[in-house]
Order: sequence, then structure tokens, then C-alpha cells
Amino acid sequence: MTKNVTPKQLMSGDDDLPLYAPQKKIYPQRVSGTFRRAKWGLMAFCLGLYYLLPLLRWNRGLGAPDQAVLIDFPNQRFYFFFIELWPQEIYYLTGLLILAAFTLFLMNALGGRIWCGYLCPQTVWTDLLYAVERWTEGDRRARIKADAGPITVNRLARRVLKHAIWITIAWWTGGAWVLYFSDAPSLVKDLATFQAPAIAYIWIGILTASTYLLAGHAREQVCLYMCPWPRIQAALTDEWALNVTYKYDRGEPRCSVKKGLHLRSLGERAGDCIDCNQCVAVCPTSIDIRDGAQLGCIQCGLCIDACDNVMRKIGRPARLIGYDNDINMQRRTAGKTEIYKPIRARTVVYASLITVVCAVMLDALLTRSLLDVNVLHDRNPVAVKLSNGAIRNGYTLRFLNKRGFDRVIAVDVDGPANGQIHIVGVDSVTPDRPMIVLARDATTELRVLVTAPFDEKVEKTQPVKFRITDIGLGEVASATDHFVTP
Amino acid sequence: MSAHNDIDRVSGRLTTGHEWDGIKELNTPLPRWWVLTFYATIIWAFGYWVVYPAWPLVSGYTTGVLHTTNRAAVTANLAQLEALRGEKMKALGTASLADIEKDPALLTLARARGKAVFGDNCAPCHGSGAAGAKGYPNLNDDDWLWGGSLDQIMQTIQFGARSGHAKTHEGQMLAFGKDGVLKPDEIVTVANYVRSLSGLSTRNGFDAAKGEKIFAENCVACHGDGGKGNQVMGAPNLTDKIWLYGSDEATLIETISQGRSGVMPAWEGRLDPATIKAMAVYVHSLGGGK
Ligand code: SF4
Ligand code: SF4
Repeated sequence: MTKNVTPKQLMSGDDDLPLYAPQKKIYPQRVSGTFRRAKWGLMAFCLGLYYLLPLLRWNRGLGAPDQAVLIDFPNQRFYFFFIELWPQEIYYLTGLLILAAFTLFLMNALGGRIWCGYLCPQTVWTDLLYAVERWTEGDRRARIKADAGPITVNRLARRVLKHAIWITIAWWTGGAWVLYFSDAPSLVKDLATFQAPAIAYIWIGILTASTYLLAGHAREQVCLYMCPWPRIQAALTDEWALNVTYKYDRGEPRCSVKKGLHLRSLGERAGDCIDCNQCVAVCPTSIDIRDGAQLGCIQCGLCIDACDNVMRKIGRPARLIGYDNDINMQRRTAGKTEIYKPIRARTVVYASLITVVCAVMLDALLTRSLLDVNVLHDRNPVAVKLSNGAIRNGYTLRFLNKRGFDRVIAVDVDGPANGQIHIVGVDSVTPDRPMIVLARDATTELRVLVTAPFDEKVEKTQPVKFRITDIGLGEVASATDHFVTP
Repeated sequence: MSAHNDIDRVSGRLTTGHEWDGIKELNTPLPRWWVLTFYATIIWAFGYWVVYPAWPLVSGYTTGVLHTTNRAAVTANLAQLEALRGEKMKALGTASLADIEKDPALLTLARARGKAVFGDNCAPCHGSGAAGAKGYPNLNDDDWLWGGSLDQIMQTIQFGARSGHAKTHEGQMLAFGKDGVLKPDEIVTVANYVRSLSGLSTRNGFDAAKGEKIFAENCVACHGDGGKGNQVMGAPNLTDKIWLYGSDEATLIETISQGRSGVMPAWEGRLDPATIKAMAVYVHSLGGGK
């Protein structure tokens, strides 16, 4: 990572830092500690969820797919456990996106880029591939040494093994992806016997390539150059947000262990940082957190673990690097106690927005109608005059039966006075109240004609309301339009 | 570039030596992958010239070793489409008209196919929604010159009216004025009588008895007793509220004096039987069918 060059330095031309530096290879060191453990746990959870979710079954009854999470493009249905969404309900996706954005904002207000450090897919997969790299090629020192030395058979073998495992993971990642779009067990079988549709193989190919390239090769480059979130995040953060911070009030001036001991024995103040560079060695983006908050820090907390280990060894209190904010830095310097304020205007607003969006979505989900009707008035002709002088309007009605069984509905029209309804292709037993069968989990489109005697006294356009009633369940839905007189 | 080696202080890179108002250009070569991609596209282009049609000549063009043509591709695509539709269209071809209307799947297919073909062939006269125009019947209403049952509609589409086809509907509205059969004042009288048949207002001092007499002598033969029309002759019902050419007195006088004989072309031979069937079902389902 290049060091930042301030505009002032640029203007005066008195810096010797290159503005553009070629990519430096990063060799993050293995570390253990609280945050590393948290990361392993979250990684297991996220990957487990991603790889196993499509295999989970969910009984929806006869004829319906029994996959818990399924995006069924050919039939235009989205299944998520007990929820079944139709294409016209895609606004739930909008709701989810809004929810995701607010959650990200809230996380950011509370603890900075928690998302980046622990949950972002790029982080999770990169971390996984790093683990593979360490396992095959050794830790930081071994890899630096190997890269500097000549190519040996051993080294080549390790490297080939590493890439093989990487590609296997990447391929498995792509494989899990396509399982969300089709019945997983049968797709697995089809994939294995080369019977699956070409699109499945294409997607596996794309996901394999992107996982391998992004998580294996681009790594921190994605966070630094491709991801927009660091820029947005920087604009959203405030002085209360907890960020991974080097507490310079405690660490400076840096001095050796020995010198520190000596100074303290004299009752003088000595910084806790021994300048061992462990925090830099473990950092996946290879930045020096002691330079202050910076774009390159994905706030994975690994430097906290590294430094804590150092502090433990030299017998100083932990958390020289920790989740902290500017306010506490100032308070400590001024000799005041540290305070944290998770509840403040910003977080309350985000939390309430999240609650509101959740409530609205839940309400929409619970009260979503399983019977619906849409109406489209004929455009050409808008109205037809019949030989006896009556006026007829044509409509296309689309009925939606979202239940898993066929049902019979009656169609009523509340519209022009003495209006008569007729559905093309339907001979009704009760002439003014046609009944039709709606196939289960499907839409039915029918042409509907409404005829009313011509009456010069009434408005040229009058409202017309189509009301449908499920004969068995009594469910009702309606749609309104206009009845037009020429 | 030139042999100087002016190094930019900020970036630490060579510059090209060019300077404009103190701004220097960095000598940043194109990335190798980019250059290689560029060469690859050039090689690709040569291959393309050889394989595909590429160069325009004075008359024609180089066809390439594959002899690909867009026309052949389109023809193949169309044939594919036909094959795809074949199964369903065959079902339409064999089912009876009444059965098509009773089977929701066939009805949907027939309506969709009918609508598309109607737009291509019939819309110029009858309008895209079949609302008709002066002289061109509205197919949404329930007034039919040649009959509105499925079979009758089908027959009209197949053979047309005054189309010249051997089985076409025949029948003419004679030019009573032009041919000197009726005198102008008689025409005015009978025009007013016809208006009265459907409850329209009549001119002051109009002699209803005389009108009825003229009508009985000249018009009943086609339009029938009381002017109720005759679908065998294509003679419209004069007692209803629908008028093909207009119901005002001037238009009626014009119709009676000049005669009318609109033409509906025959579609048999131009459209395949299954399509004609689909169209009959579509027109019937517009709502006016009997
Ligand atoms: S500075 Fe620390 S928290 Fe930030 S990315 Fe590096 S190791 Fe992670
Ligand atoms: S790990 Fe801790 S002690 Fe070592 S350099 Fe970093 S901040 Fe200083």
C-alpha cells in the first residue's frame, strides 16, 4: 500500500514518495486471539450458510418445490422457507435492499467497517484462501523466503497444490450458487452426468473464475480499488463510531522493552509500543494502523490480536490497539474516564428506520393477498355501440390464485347502472354472475365484456369495479377501472 | 521516444520530454495485456475476412469460406419457429371451431395468433382493435352483414365479399339515383323513411306513407320486410342503431343515389387454414359474435 501523499507535500514537491507504486506482495502473518477466533466463527457460519442452504428441504405440499430457498426463474417464483413470492411482488427485494443499506449504516455508526472486516464475502473467501496458502506454503517468513529464493521442486509442488485447492474451493463456490436456481439434489446429479443445462455450467465457470481471481489473486486490491464502500463509509462515520485504532496517547513515544522498563522504574512516562511491527505483519492490507485511521484498514481486528499478544509477553495491559474513537482519545489525554455512547441520534434514527422497514415488510407479507385481480381496459375501441343502442366496454382481467389448489370464483361487476357482465369463453349458469375455475398457483387471463344500456344522463366515464369472490373460502379481491360511453 | 531521461519527481517515472505550459506527459507504456489483446484483435480480423462475408466489391461482396448470409440465417430461424409452432397450430387445424372456443388453451392460442395476424392483414381497414371505420364494419359490435356465427365469420374471412373469389359473398346496394330508378325527391322521402325505421328524427312535412310505398317497391327485396336486413344478401338491418356509412340524411341520400359495394378480400390461399380458423375465433371472441 502506498503511503498517502498530502496535497501540501505535492505542492511543495518535497516528498520522496512515489505517487504511483506497483503492487507490493503482501505476506500476512498468522495470528491468534479473540478477533481471529471471531473471524473463524463467522467464516464458518457464512460459508456453511452459503454452501448448505440450497440443500435444505422444506415441505410445501404436493406439486410445489420442496427446497427451502429456491429462485425458480422458469416458473417465476421465489421460495424462501414459508414465503413464496411472485414476480409482481419483487418490491420485497427493494425492501430488503433498503434494509441492508440501513443495517450497514447502523453497523458503521456503532463499530465502523465491521462488515468489511468480518462479513463481506470478499473478506471471508480471501481469508479462507489465505488459510490454504499458509497451510501449503507456510507462514509469512517461509513464504517471503521462498519467494526470494530459487524455484525448487518442493516449492513448485506446494504452489501447485495451493492453486489446486483454491480452484476447488472456487469451483465449489460456483457450484453452490447454481443450486439456488434449481432443485439441488437433481441438479447435482445432472451436473455430475453432464445433463445439466449449459447455463448452469456457464455460471459455475463464471463464479469459479471470479472467486479464484478476486479472493485468490486480487485480495486487498478489491477493498482498496474496486469497492465503493470505504469511500461511502468515510462520509458516514462520526467521532463516536468505534474503529480499530492505535491509542497513540498510550503508545507514544515508542521505545524498546528495556528502555521502557528503565524509564518506568524512574517513575517517568514511557510509551507502550515497542515498534515490533507485529501489527503490520499480520495486516491483510499491509498498512500501519499506527499512522491513524485510513482507507486501507478493513477493520478486521487482527492487529489487535497481534498487539495484545505482544503486550501480554512484555507484561503491559492489552488493547494498545483496540476498538476506540477520537473522543475517548481526547478524554484519556485530558485524564477523564472513557465513555461509549452506542445510543445517540444517528444510531436511533438508523435503528428506527430499520424497525419501520421491517414492520412495513412484515405487514405486507402477512396481509398479502392470495387472490388478486388486475384489470386492463381495451384501448381500441374504448367503447362499442351495439345494435340495440347499448354500450359495451371490453376489459382484460388477470386473476392471480396464489394458493396451492384450484378454486372457483364468482365475478361480479359493480359498475354502470344495469351493467351486464360476460366472460368470453365462459357460459355461466347464473348469467349476471359468471363463475370460473382458477388453476392453483397460476394466473388466468380472460376477456371480460360489460354491457350497459345507453343513458345520456350519466357521465361519459363511470367507475366500474370488478369484485371476485372465492366461493369456497370467501376470499375477496377487486379491481377498479372505468366504463366509457362514446 | 527520444533519448532524454527526464524523470518526473512525483511519480518517479520517465516523461516523454514533451511539455505544455509546464505540464509534462508521463511515458507510461500501454500495459502488456492491452497490447496483446490489440494484436489478437488484428489477427482475429484477418481470420474474419477469410471466414465471413467482409469486403464490398463492385457488384456483390466477398462471401468468405463459410458463405454465411443473413438471409439464409433468417430463413432458417423462421423455419425453426414454424417447427416450434407446428404442433400447436396443427391442433388448431384439426379442432372444430366450436371446440377451439371451449378449450381454454386452444382459445388462448387462437386469440393470440388471430390477434397477430389481424394486425398484419386486417388492421389497415378494420383498425388495430377491429373498431372499423366508415364503410369498414366494426367487428366488436353485434351487427353482422353476412352473419356473426363462428362459421359465418370464418366463411367471410375465407372467401371475402365481392372479392372475385368463386365462393364470395355477392350482393350490391344499387345506385337508385345514378341509374335513374328513383327521382331525387323520392330519394329524400325514402331516406327519411329509413331514418324513421330506427327511431331517428325525420324532416318536416315528410310523407311517411309515400316513403313506405317507395321502400316496399324498391328496397324490401333485399332489406326485407320492415327493413330488418338480410344476411344472405349482405343487406344491413336498417332498424338498429348501427350504420356502416352513417345515418344522417345527407349520407343516406348519397348511399341511395350512388349505391355501395365495399370489398372484403378473400383470405383463402393467402393464409393457411389453421390461421384463418384462429382469426375467425379471434374475431368471434371480440364480443360481437353470435
Ligand atoms: S490495520 Fe488492523 S484492523 Fe485494519 S486491516 Fe490491518 S490488521 Fe485489520
Ligand atoms: S504490535 Fe503493538 S507494540 Fe508492536 S508495533 Fe504494533 S502497536 Fe506497537
